[in-house]
Amino acid sequence: MAEQFVGKAAEFEEGGRRIIRLGQDEVGIFKHEGEYFAYSNYCLHQGGPACEGLTIARVMEKLREDKTSMGLYFSETDMNFVCPWHGYEYDMRTGECISDRTIKLKRYQVQQKGDDLYVIG
Amino acid sequence: MDLIADRGRRVTVEELNTTKLLAHATEQAKARKYQDMLIVDCDAHHYETENFKEIVEFMENDVFRQLTKSGMKKARHSIVPGNIGFQDMGGRVTRYPLRSSEKTDGDRQRDVQLGERWMDAMGVDYSCLFPTGMLNIGLHPLKEMENELCWSYNRWLTEKVLPETGGRMYSMLSLPFSDPDECLRQVETFGGRKHVTGFMVTTVRSDTPVHANPYMKVYRAIEERGLSIAFHSGPNWGESMFKSCNRFLAVHALGFSFYNILHCTNWVVNGLGERFPKLPVMWVEAGLSWIPFLMQRLDHEYMLRPSECPLLKKKPSDYMRDMYYSTQPMEIQDMEALECTFRMMNAETQLMYASDYPHWDFDLPSTIYDLPFLTDKARHNILGGTAARLFGLQPRNEAQKQNLIKYGNYRPA
Repeated sequence: MAEQFVGKAAEFEEGGRRIIRLGQDEVGIFKHEGEYFAYSNYCLHQGGPACEGLTIARVMEKLREDKTSMGLYFSETDMNFVCPWHGYEYDMRTGECISDRTIKLKRYQVQQKGDDLYVIG
Repeated sequence: MDLIADRGRRVTVEELNTTKLLAHATEQAKARKYQDMLIVDCDAHHYETENFKEIVEFMENDVFRQLTKSGMKKARHSIVPGNIGFQDMGGRVTRYPLRSSEKTDGDRQRDVQLGERWMDAMGVDYSCLFPTGMLNIGLHPLKEMENELCWSYNRWLTEKVLPETGGRMYSMLSLPFSDPDECLRQVETFGGRKHVTGFMVTTVRSDTPVHANPYMKVYRAIEERGLSIAFHSGPNWGESMFKSCNRFLAVHALGFSFYNILHCTNWVVNGLGERFPKLPVMWVEAGLSWIPFLMQRLDHEYMLRPSECPLLKKKPSDYMRDMYYSTQPMEIQDMEALECTFRMMNAETQLMYASDYPHWDFDLPSTIYDLPFLTDKARHNILGGTAARLFGLQPRNEAQKQNLIKYGNYRPA
């Protein structure tokens, strides 16, 4: 198992991210709602830097009982990160591609030792 | 620079650097040894609308030039017709909002420098430069202004931009298609200029019959010069049939295909392929899935109603297989369907790679290179060999030359 130092936890702001190299892969590490999430930085579409774009709340559409639409809104709970090349969106908590949840980015474990953060691959 | 995201939270993003943004494309280019094969991008874009200050100086008519320059002050009105859309997906495709932050040298055309960056990053040797905003020129209510803008853009491009590219960028110049006489004048004026391989008609216009008699002199003039004609598509939310759409996705998915389907149909059923057999015709930026659809529809109808197409000597699909198509945006969703599409259109000789960069749905060369069903010959032809043969583009090193010779695509300068 390869282990790569990411940085100091104290320096990692909420909503922040780091991109590191781990062997043959690049890994994006996010801090979201106090937790760390790490995924391969190669988009499943055309290989773009999947973890280097916007983080943005999932767009939802609410329906009434009678199936009429109440319009679009941003989710209060679900956060995505977006590949800046073409806009492929991934679920922050699972790495799943939100337009096809059968595919997902390779996920890495983030380990904290004291104040040091490591990605395990 | 900050981008607004996440329910309004500001996300700090570094300034745009195309080379950095496309670093993974560079990895692909190295891993696949693109330097050994000539790669031609048949449909790349620049934002000529950001250069109108220079372009309008080439307008011929004093009154229209004054009108345009006056309107440019504090952006009081747009010069080319606008088109509502959300190409940047709310900033998700970051190169849109960040474009102005990218640094270039002041002594060379910015569009050339940006073009070289993405071409080098992707492993592209040559690219055909098309405009962006001017693709809506067919929607301009003033025919005279369409003439003026095409004229001034074509002068600016051939006199200021293309000469700075070291021959790596060429263009198929924009035709003011609302006015066939003016089209002819611009073909006669610009057709012999360096780096011009043909002329482009934006198909974002639903009421123009490409088969109308006044256009025959234009096609003949292009054919006589050994040049090509391209029909370039686009979306238009203002088109009456799309006014019911409430998502840009729908307008975009349908619009690009719709306009090329419309004009390609008129081209084929009116026997333009018989009238101008030596004129290479390209259909650009409509994806590929419309091609087998249209082939089947037209063949079916033609078998029942041949009396309406007396100029045809073979089936409509045969004429479609005589024409050329650009790859992007290639629908890689069902590999068997894609393989069938390639077979039906004779992709090995008729299909040419296009990136559409920097637009939001660009395709890398790997979208072609990695297809599992392609022969080596097809791979080389589609990525650049066919374009090299058609446009007389020269190899940039010995390995490329040998591959062009190997697959019959080498045309000595």
